[in-house]
Amino acid sequence: MKTLVKILKKPITSTLIAVLFGFLVAAIVLILAGYNPIQAFGALFNGIFSKPKYISNVIIKATPIILTGLSVAFAYKTGLFNIGAEGQYIAGTVFSVLVGVKLDLAPVFQIPIVVLAGVLGGALFGGMVGLLKARFGIHEVITSIMLNWIGLYLCNFIVNSEAYHKPNSTASLPVNASSYTMLLPQWKASPEGIAVLKPHQWLYDMLVRTDVNFGILIAIVMVAVIWVLLYRSTKGYELRAVGFNRDAAEFSGINVSRNIIDAMLIAGALSGLAGALAITGTAPHGISTLAAFENNGFNGLSVALIAGSSPVGCVFAGLLFGGLLYGGQSVQQVVGAPTEIINIMIGTIVFFVALTRIVPILADRLGKRGTEHAN
Amino acid sequence: MEISPEYAVQMHGIVKTFGSFCALDQVHLDVKKGSIHAILGENGAGKSTLMNVLYGLYQADAGEIFLNGEKVAIKNPNDAIARGIGMVHQHFMLVDNFTVTENIILGKEVTGQFGVLDMKKAREDVLKIVEEYGLEVDPDAKIEDVSVGMQQRVEILKALYRGADILILDEPTAVLTPQEIGELIEIMRGLAENGKTIIIITHKLKEIQSSSDVCTIIRRGQYIDTFPVHDVSEEELATKMVGHQVKLVVDKTPAEPGDVVFEIENLTVKDERGLEAVKSLSLRVRRGEIVGIAGVDGNGQKELVEAITCLTKVESGTIRINGTEIQNTTPRNVIEHKISTIHEDRQRRGLVMPFTVAENTVLEKYRSSQFSRRGMLLLDKITAFAKRLVEDYDIRPADCEGHPARGLSGGNQQKVIIAREISNDPDLLIAVQPTRGLDVGAIEYVHKMLVQERDKGKGILLVSLELDEILNVADTVCVIYGGAITGTFTQEEADENTVGLLMAGGKRNENAG
Amino acid sequence: MLTSILLLVGITMMYSTPLVFGALGGVISERSGVINIGIEGMMTMGALTAASVSYYTGNPWLGFLAAGAAGAAIALLHAIASITFNADQTISGIAINLLGPGFALFFCRLLFDNAAMTPPVKTLPKLFGENAFHGTPAESLNVDVTVLLALIATVVIWFVLYKTKWGLRIRSVGEYPAAADTLGINVTRTRYLCVLMSGVMAGFGGASMTLAIISQFNQTAISGQGFIALAAVIFGKWTPYGAYGACMLFGLAQALTVVLGGSDSSVTLPSQILAMLPYVLTIIVLVLFVGRSVAPKADGVPYEKGER
Repeated sequence: MKTLVKILKKPITSTLIAVLFGFLVAAIVLILAGYNPIQAFGALFNGIFSKPKYISNVIIKATPIILTGLSVAFAYKTGLFNIGAEGQYIAGTVFSVLVGVKLDLAPVFQIPIVVLAGVLGGALFGGMVGLLKARFGIHEVITSIMLNWIGLYLCNFIVNSEAYHKPNSTASLPVNASSYTMLLPQWKASPEGIAVLKPHQWLYDMLVRTDVNFGILIAIVMVAVIWVLLYRSTKGYELRAVGFNRDAAEFSGINVSRNIIDAMLIAGALSGLAGALAITGTAPHGISTLAAFENNGFNGLSVALIAGSSPVGCVFAGLLFGGLLYGGQSVQQVVGAPTEIINIMIGTIVFFVALTRIVPILADRLGKRGTEHAN
Repeated sequence: MEISPEYAVQMHGIVKTFGSFCALDQVHLDVKKGSIHAILGENGAGKSTLMNVLYGLYQADAGEIFLNGEKVAIKNPNDAIARGIGMVHQHFMLVDNFTVTENIILGKEVTGQFGVLDMKKAREDVLKIVEEYGLEVDPDAKIEDVSVGMQQRVEILKALYRGADILILDEPTAVLTPQEIGELIEIMRGLAENGKTIIIITHKLKEIQSSSDVCTIIRRGQYIDTFPVHDVSEEELATKMVGHQVKLVVDKTPAEPGDVVFEIENLTVKDERGLEAVKSLSLRVRRGEIVGIAGVDGNGQKELVEAITCLTKVESGTIRINGTEIQNTTPRNVIEHKISTIHEDRQRRGLVMPFTVAENTVLEKYRSSQFSRRGMLLLDKITAFAKRLVEDYDIRPADCEGHPARGLSGGNQQKVIIAREISNDPDLLIAVQPTRGLDVGAIEYVHKMLVQERDKGKGILLVSLELDEILNVADTVCVIYGGAITGTFTQEEADENTVGLLMAGGKRNENAG
Repeated sequence: MLTSILLLVGITMMYSTPLVFGALGGVISERSGVINIGIEGMMTMGALTAASVSYYTGNPWLGFLAAGAAGAAIALLHAIASITFNADQTISGIAINLLGPGFALFFCRLLFDNAAMTPPVKTLPKLFGENAFHGTPAESLNVDVTVLLALIATVVIWFVLYKTKWGLRIRSVGEYPAAADTLGINVTRTRYLCVLMSGVMAGFGGASMTLAIISQFNQTAISGQGFIALAAVIFGKWTPYGAYGACMLFGLAQALTVVLGGSDSSVTLPSQILAMLPYVLTIIVLVLFVGRSVAPKADGVPYEKGER
């Protein structure tokens, strides 16, 4: 009994239950629509795990949403709802392109500068939200939503500007190759590289046929940095105090405005970093005209929610999400069911995440009843 | 007791449990028609739970309820209202941004066709009851703009508007001045004469004798006794309520004040609406002295405290601690100048509820070299510090330093705040309503701590709406009215009538003039 | 000049209508104390339902009503989560925003041969008939009938909220549910009704996009309108007229970009910068005129009996 209660009270249990329900509901929908769910899920898992190339593509897909998820989760821990991760992500891509196309230094300088430019872009967008909230009391949700669109049109403006437009396309010029953060980008494409890799089929698959890049490592490092910042530093203590109880924080001498702005700056920087790493790490290394949002930020929202706003949880939730998004494409190819089944599945998971917050509460009650009997 | 129509309310053998906690265990209550019946008990004794059962907010697990000799089942507040029961909750159940009239008619609206409100008729209906019972209110004012006394009258009107014959008042005097309490007792007497039956829930002994006919005592969910109040003394009541002998006066030696440690001169502060809430107020606190500020809620206490703690802007005047001006700086600067504050609102200002007790104990000093190094928290030191405070101040449960503060009882939460503020080793300790919502034992503890700090040579500024508390604890009593200090007394000079009159806005020498 | 002004008015009305419905949905729900961040998802469901029903029945009015029902159906999920299970209303709303488009596109592909859009469908009539004022400047005033419906809905909801007993009760539940409860008002039922109504409104909003403006459903039929509506709710301080005004302002800003961006315009700003204007303008207006807006006190707070 006690162990059962303990297990039920762990946040991970709730999340797993939610994921289970996600699959269950998706299965029901598939059956009702006349598809075989077992086949569909088989295709999904094959699409994720069956080839090394798939696995690395999942990781590549997951990298930006781990970071935007981390951005949302971090803001949430400080009492802010960062629905603007989308715009911050776009700002990150735009700023990286702005610098990366024009600048061409040795990679050791080029890469940090281009990435930092993206970080700065995201921080600028996030910081603006924080500033408007702290100084004028404007709800962060409104400004974030507006800035998402401003980001989208800013991106389109840059793409179509003379200095950055790639002729006969809907894209911008790519950033200079010195900014690339893939694993051995030149070598693996050179004849020697191919010669070395060719005998090792899975290595060749993973390295040459995908944009394997350093992004995931940086994302994991950032998760650690944010965790330490939140739970081990005085700054994090302030940020969390402000997030949980603004009035008490103010009363005990913590500068609330400063911390709101800082929180949004950091959250924005994380989403900006996601955008920057997408530019430096994956083809086409530039931005394209956006007709609608690509959801790298909005997916971060779901990632953060599934992770229960835990920084570490964001890595796993991001991988799950990346897997579903990438593997989901094969569902349509193999069984012919619309890929949107994946969106339904993800939506269901998030929905049950909202509901499963009550599992620990129920477990608590169960536990109390248990001890009562024991007495 | 047998069932009889002479009794408006009879509750027999009421049992109510919440999970494993038994809030009411076989409790009885018999209330005669047209009487004023007090239910006395400490916080958490089960008084409110009993009344919530009568009002249909909770369902009893066992027991029977009779109204006018007739057995009834009350499933929800609608049933209660239909049977003529009205309830005035301790925390007023009023919608702040609705008008008085809207609040009164809510749920029993006056409508024309298709549910369209007829506010003109509603207003007339309200005024009719206002006149009938002499309860003065402004029907068009918004609740957020009217005094607490008027809000209470609105609550009573709500019940009368629904045709209540039995009126339950939960801690009705907690927020009133002595004069307002007098008025309330008048109102209750008038209602009783009109044939209404009144049940008041209270833990204040004094009012019982001036207001009620009969008293029922409940202790920890158990029925203790019922008797006419005129037969017993205040001390006897207290003993029955708590279960053992209690001291009603605070144990302390006369103050030996030293130098002036804290001084306010001609302080003027505006409230949120831009009106002057504190007007040219001057005040001084000496070391080794407890200065009590007595006053009715809304006379500038909140703004005064916010000005001292730099949460609000000072228009003019100075605030000095040890000779240094601190007005219009930052809360952190105030704390660094050795002023610590126990805020009245534990939940909002005092604690970060989801933080652990340990995290809460360093809320003002997490940046000091004691608890952090190069921007990183020294968690071991913080935990050790919290452990010590938990032990020194007997905060329970004993190993709670890692628990979230929200899981602690109100009294223990208050202890965490007191421990934290005293551990700052302040020169001035401000305590605002430090005993609000605490039970007798915890109140005694808080008062003891204040006196102890005074005896260590600290200045104490006690702001309270409870006049008894001020009169018992303070060495010097200042009355605040309309944002200014209208009278200062030594503890010996201060008596309830003079102070109470000043609190209500009377002049000090009114009778002489 | 006159032509431009009339055109401006017409386009303002056109753009703002789906927003108005969405924002009204937000107002109703949040007035009763349930944050509804899922307007976008509900609108998308409404948009697809409206288009499909109109396509298969040939009756756009049936489509319009069905859209309301579809919105309510998905709103029911939000209601169950946030009212019955006291779930985090923001999370539940985001789930709705994932589920709405997910289901909409899933069904779209099932119904329309794996296409992510419907064929063109029969639309709702124009206000003054199909060819009224043809060729005159007043033609741009012959707006979709949904424009009028949105205005009527705004007035009706205002009237219900502020002039009837139900409105008084709804607002009391959103401000202080415990007080309403002690007076015998059923908090749960009131909130359910309001959330369902908010779904109906959002569904209508989606329908007024697919049955009037773009005459079909496609992947970008609803792209962000629900979020703009959400902003309009806050901007309009949780009142029907305020939200209506906020949506109009937003529509006007969009119309300005269309009119200014026209080929005969003398303004030479790049179109993307023009497209940014409505959003920049909203922020500026907020900074200059609105500042802090105060939500209903119990907005987003689950009501649990006994927690007083």
